[in-house]
Amino acid sequence: MTGRGARISFAVWSALVIAFLWIPLVLIALYAFNSSSIQGWPITSWTLHWFSVAWHNQEARDAFWLSVKVALIATTIALVLGTMAAAAVARFRFFGREAVSFLLVLPLALPGILTGIALSTSFTFVGLTPSIWTIVIGHATFCVVIVYNNVVARLRRSSPSLIEASQDLGADGWQTFRFVLWPVLSTALVAGGLLAFALSFDEVIVTVFTAGAQETLPIFILDNIERGQQLPVVNVVAFFVIVITVIPVALAQRVMRDTGLIRRGGAQVTETVEAAEIPAV
Amino acid sequence: MVVDAGALEAGLPGRRARLRLSGLLWQRPWLKALGLLTLPLAAFAIVYLGALAVLFISSFWTVSSFTATVEHTWTLANYRQIFDTSQPYLQIAGRTLGIAAAVTVTDAILAFPLAYFMARLAGKRMRAVLFVMVLLPLWSSYLVRIYAWQTILAHGGAINWGLDKLGLPDQNLAYTNTAMWIVFSYVWLPFMVLPVYAALERIPDSYLEASADLGASGWKTLRSVILPLALPGLVAGSIFTFALTLGDYITPLLVGGTSSQLIGIVVYNFMQEANAPFAAAYATIPMAIVGVYLLLARRLGAFEAL
Amino acid sequence: MRRIHKRPRASVVAVSVVTAALAVAVSGCGGGGGGTSATTSTTIGKGEGSLNVIEWPLYTDKSFAKAFEQKTGCTIHRKDAGTSNQMFALMHGNGGGGGGQYDLVSASGDASLRLINAGDVQPVDINQIPSWKDFLPQFKSPSHNTVDGKHYGVSVQWGPNTLIYNTQNVNPAPAGWDEIYGSKYKGKLTVPNNPIQIADAALYLMQTKPSLGIKDPYELTKDQLTAASQLLMSQKPLLKRYWNYAADEITSFKNGDVWMGAGWPYQTLALQADKQPIKEIVPLPTTGWADTWMLAAKAPHPNCALKWMQYVTTPKVEAQQALVFGETPVNPLACPYMDKLQKGSCAAYHLNQPASYYSKIKFWKTPVPQCGWNNSSDCMDYNAWVQAWTKITG
Repeated sequence: MTGRGARISFAVWSALVIAFLWIPLVLIALYAFNSSSIQGWPITSWTLHWFSVAWHNQEARDAFWLSVKVALIATTIALVLGTMAAAAVARFRFFGREAVSFLLVLPLALPGILTGIALSTSFTFVGLTPSIWTIVIGHATFCVVIVYNNVVARLRRSSPSLIEASQDLGADGWQTFRFVLWPVLSTALVAGGLLAFALSFDEVIVTVFTAGAQETLPIFILDNIERGQQLPVVNVVAFFVIVITVIPVALAQRVMRDTGLIRRGGAQVTETVEAAEIPAV
Repeated sequence: MVVDAGALEAGLPGRRARLRLSGLLWQRPWLKALGLLTLPLAAFAIVYLGALAVLFISSFWTVSSFTATVEHTWTLANYRQIFDTSQPYLQIAGRTLGIAAAVTVTDAILAFPLAYFMARLAGKRMRAVLFVMVLLPLWSSYLVRIYAWQTILAHGGAINWGLDKLGLPDQNLAYTNTAMWIVFSYVWLPFMVLPVYAALERIPDSYLEASADLGASGWKTLRSVILPLALPGLVAGSIFTFALTLGDYITPLLVGGTSSQLIGIVVYNFMQEANAPFAAAYATIPMAIVGVYLLLARRLGAFEAL
Repeated sequence: MRRIHKRPRASVVAVSVVTAALAVAVSGCGGGGGGTSATTSTTIGKGEGSLNVIEWPLYTDKSFAKAFEQKTGCTIHRKDAGTSNQMFALMHGNGGGGGGQYDLVSASGDASLRLINAGDVQPVDINQIPSWKDFLPQFKSPSHNTVDGKHYGVSVQWGPNTLIYNTQNVNPAPAGWDEIYGSKYKGKLTVPNNPIQIADAALYLMQTKPSLGIKDPYELTKDQLTAASQLLMSQKPLLKRYWNYAADEITSFKNGDVWMGAGWPYQTLALQADKQPIKEIVPLPTTGWADTWMLAAKAPHPNCALKWMQYVTTPKVEAQQALVFGETPVNPLACPYMDKLQKGSCAAYHLNQPASYYSKIKFWKTPVPQCGWNNSSDCMDYNAWVQAWTKITG
């Protein structure tokens, strides 16, 4: 399959598809600099004026901070619960393990609207008023899954005998965690956490149903697009959102790329331990 | 186990207790699993599965017309309405399935050559670059990407401007099924590229060499060796394109039109109409379809490819 | 654990009767205005600093709301709605009464009674709104916001649904609603995505097909509803789209996607302000809306809410809002202010001759089974309208 003609056609196709993926993003980013309040194309005059307007827009700022708060809380919950679940599934064989694995994929696989209306109906049923916490609960359901996936993948790739070796050498549970497990897991946690943060910050499908009068940034954008209000401010906010979600994802990528080192490091430890193995008593 | 007993005894009593706990957990690993699992699983079961259960139960309730009070009496009225052929709900579900299928096929066609190029033809650096270029749009705001298309497809937007430049007539793409098909294909495309890439990357070079040795042409190798091996990846990608399209309401809300009501937007509208039970009933349809699809996908090995 | 209990209609009626009886007994001289009630007080407690409203666009427009915010310290947070159903759902969701989230809603007549019956709004002491005594008589205690002598809010503005058209593309100018059901401008039309549109179709049939016997466009028998639905289904292929929010319609006109549509004066004014070649006609009789600011049962900021009600019903503010949205005030003292802001506007919006104009508008109201015109209970209820509408648009 490496004929020259074939290579070139594949390359061209790939370029076109990548262009298809990026052009709309670039276009909407350009609209942030459009001085006209009409969203036509092409853009005839450029300005930074709307950035200043958006900066001073109290509603947008409140929405931004609410999104940040929600994302931080949801990510924290996700890190704790996701790691615990991943550790259990990756390391132990127990009854119902397959089922647990399957269940934990559901929040991502099922359409978000189901999560949204399920939570909304349940909140009303138990009399829970919408607040930042109902939003967090909605986000946590899939943030947990993201962290879980990352940690499980990492644990599957690393050797289980590391823990055995550590305990053979006389470490208790806490020391094993601190000196052996943590270095192996840390990058997975960081990557998972960053991805969960980005996902929560961007979330709208579930939030529409779990928020009351609270406006996260995506809700702010959606409300204004729907109602056709403040579109130039929305364009600036959209530009800002694109930039701000690129950062954690790019960071996560870098972190995950460094895993090669960690993995090699882990292998070295395993080799050393095996070499020094003392016959069991 | 070689342990310096003296050092152990001389250590802190706390350490002794911790060691005993570690020993206990070591001997009974399932205890550890249990300890780790209880909190997340309980939270998950109560919040997520519990919510889904409440949703399903509420689909058997109705809402009084005037005051929108939820009446907790068991009835199949909602389901009867959905399956009543004089009502549009089955037709809307059919339309949604059709668009989901079209989007899946489109994305498979768009993604496969790109994934193949990334996995087998591109150099190491190019591969990393392409990987990032596919990943970033996926993670940049979903809502903003749909909004971008709303402005592009509008009458005075970029598409008509481009057509004008090419001397072609203006298209009225805004608020049509075509518009939704384009936007869905766009938004879910990275979901298809990544699993297919992963699957293609895993194919050992030796397979392709062997196929060539046996006299197969490039196309035959593609059909008989590569595609079957890439299938789990395609199925994994299709889970996303299919399931996400089935339940989506933001796209129909922003770029959909008169004859383009989808399951998602109908559910959304009924929630807006304070008729949550009917919305719940109608939402069981995509839930069932996705559930079945997931089980089928598992059979085809998609879960390993994820 | 909260439960939402079903209340059979009989007990609702019983409770209302008893309450009414008590109210009459307690109020002594009852009746509109006057009276020597010892609790009359136009002073409201201190503002809470914040006010969450669900509104039609521009109902708390900064041009007249900013002064209020500065005077009272109540910062307004707005959620714009596109339809009455949205308003109802927002108020009724999350446990009802505004969910503890919202204070005020500018409900039209097709949402107000639903809100009252669902217990989502609370009565206000109308004596706390000084401008109320100056209102047009039709809007002091209309049946859509006053039940058993209790005022669930205060009327604010009213207006008709209009036919908006592009003067460059639509020739000759339309004279009535015919064009919007005909194929002359196929693919260039738009109507609201709102089940209440069925009433517009019914109103049209009232004139074009009197044999159907439609007497009230909101009280339709099964056959009448079917006929109206069929008219709307035949209209559907002629439409470019259904609009969800007023701004959708504005954008569609601006884009050239539509040339004619059903809308509100708000859209026309916005397009004209943008130098678009847009005009509107009001082919009477037409459907319309009469809006009430209602106080949520669980309003977190009731004082700010009442202060707003006081403020927005004063003549000057009524005039400002009327000209911003394109509607008619309920306070006739606004007339000279309107003319000062825009010459001739008082007459243009019929505030100087409200009665005849009023009678030609069929104001939005919620379809209920009880038909007033034939004293039966077999008219189609709101659920039936929603199902019919989903069938039309789906």
